[in-house]
Amino acid sequence: MTLTSLAFYLFATVAVASSFMVISSRNPVYSVLFLILTFFNSAGLFVLLGAEFLALILVVVYVGAVAVLFLFVVMMLDIDFAELSEGFLQYMPIGATVGLILLLELLLVFGASSTLVDAGPLPRATPEGMTNAEALGRVLYTDYIYYFQAAGAILLVAMIGAIVLTLVPSTNPKKQNIAQQTARTRDEAVESVNIDPGQGL
Amino acid sequence: MDNAFFDTYVWPALIVTAHSLAIILALLVSLAFFMLADRKIWAAAQLRKGPTMVGPFGLLQSFADILKYLLKEIIIPTTANKPVFILAPFVTMFLALSGWAVIPVNEGWAVADINVGILYIFAISSLGVYGVIMGGWASNSKYPFLGALRSAAQMVSYEVSIGLVIITVLLCVGSLNLTDIVLAQETVWFAVPLFPMFVVFFISALAETNRPPFDLPEDESALVAGFMTEYSSTLYVVFMIGELANIVLMCAMCTILFLGGWLPPVDIAPFNWVPGPVWFILKMGLMFFMFAMTKVIVPRYRYDQLMRLGWKVFLPFTLLWVVLTAGFLQYFGLAS
Repeated sequence: MTLTSLAFYLFATVAVASSFMVISSRNPVYSVLFLILTFFNSAGLFVLLGAEFLALILVVVYVGAVAVLFLFVVMMLDIDFAELSEGFLQYMPIGATVGLILLLELLLVFGASSTLVDAGPLPRATPEGMTNAEALGRVLYTDYIYYFQAAGAILLVAMIGAIVLTLVPSTNPKKQNIAQQTARTRDEAVESVNIDPGQGL
Repeated sequence: MDNAFFDTYVWPALIVTAHSLAIILALLVSLAFFMLADRKIWAAAQLRKGPTMVGPFGLLQSFADILKYLLKEIIIPTTANKPVFILAPFVTMFLALSGWAVIPVNEGWAVADINVGILYIFAISSLGVYGVIMGGWASNSKYPFLGALRSAAQMVSYEVSIGLVIITVLLCVGSLNLTDIVLAQETVWFAVPLFPMFVVFFISALAETNRPPFDLPEDESALVAGFMTEYSSTLYVVFMIGELANIVLMCAMCTILFLGGWLPPVDIAPFNWVPGPVWFILKMGLMFFMFAMTKVIVPRYRYDQLMRLGWKVFLPFTLLWVVLTAGFLQYFGLAS
């Protein structure tokens, strides 16, 4: 038990510290790298809860794909850091207000769920008689299949929308048609011409 | 009380540490010979002899190379981002080595026989891109940066098809545990019924590990040495070890997913006398031979062709196979 709580405090401390570094470090690439560290520690917390499937999906999806794209974009930005910090005071009140509202809402939700709703004992990450991958699959694909499909459809529409909005049709596309290239025969590619000397073509 | 503490925490920790150290040591030594094998195969295909001078048949060549790299001066470019520059090769190497924690070389031989072993390996191999991106960005120079960008796009693209291939195998097994995946192949290796998936996995593994013909991140004719351009001495050799360890990890993954892991090809007398780890290593060697031969035979892809292959060929094809496999298993009532 002591080892588990020790691991919990280790993961939790590093997660909170690195997420603070995400917003406070001046170099955006460092921010993304600290974000990755935060994801890792959150995955560690999931493992401690017994939700190893969720932990690894977090690593695969967020660290392996999403954060790579973040890093990809951030590395290509040429940011002037002095200019960035200029507007800080101007936007400070708005940011503080949004943060305060979020905090209040979270407190309300937390207070309401602990007093009003009698949720019974907390559901466990590891149900009886099945692995948590199986349990998660049952919930997503059997109990809530329509909601799941609807979420998928919305994501697909969003993706197509993003592509349509940003696609600039090229005026001079140089597309390679591989089927056409491989279907070429010797007869249409090579021509044998008999040239008279001194005449040219 | 004291004894209980020792029995529950200290002793298991010691065993796991010893086990991990043994595997890492064996892996690092075998990497030296894998490197040599790579060069020897490359040489043989080009009618050369390859390394012959250090030790009998040049067997100790890799050790001499490592020693040479370690003794050279470490050069860090003045404009480089020092912490990230030094961190990058170690990220690559540690990730590649940590993947081995769950690889079962024989039944029950894995350091950690976790429920979601295959996902763990998938996660580890998808993190391999960070070493490359960090190294390329921290060098603060054009060619490494271009190499890093190429690598990021390439590895993210091919992870998609690798993921779908893994899903196909998982559908046939019904478990995410690596030992279960191997034991499910007792009657027939998955390379037989899922042969097209095996081919897709092999090609995607080449792209995922930046091996030729997909070594565009270190394309020497266009990018000098890609993301490794600014690296020298110890940092360079750490990068090399990491890359090679990743390749060997992919070979192990091919073996587990498609070639039946430690199981003998047929379960009859002369074959099942041979112990499991020997089969495992032989199969990994076969996969590595194919990796090496591909490097010799196939010319390098162009970058747009690489992207076309990943997104327009492999993605629809593997998706179709997932649907077909699921339908087949459901129709014949084989789904577990």
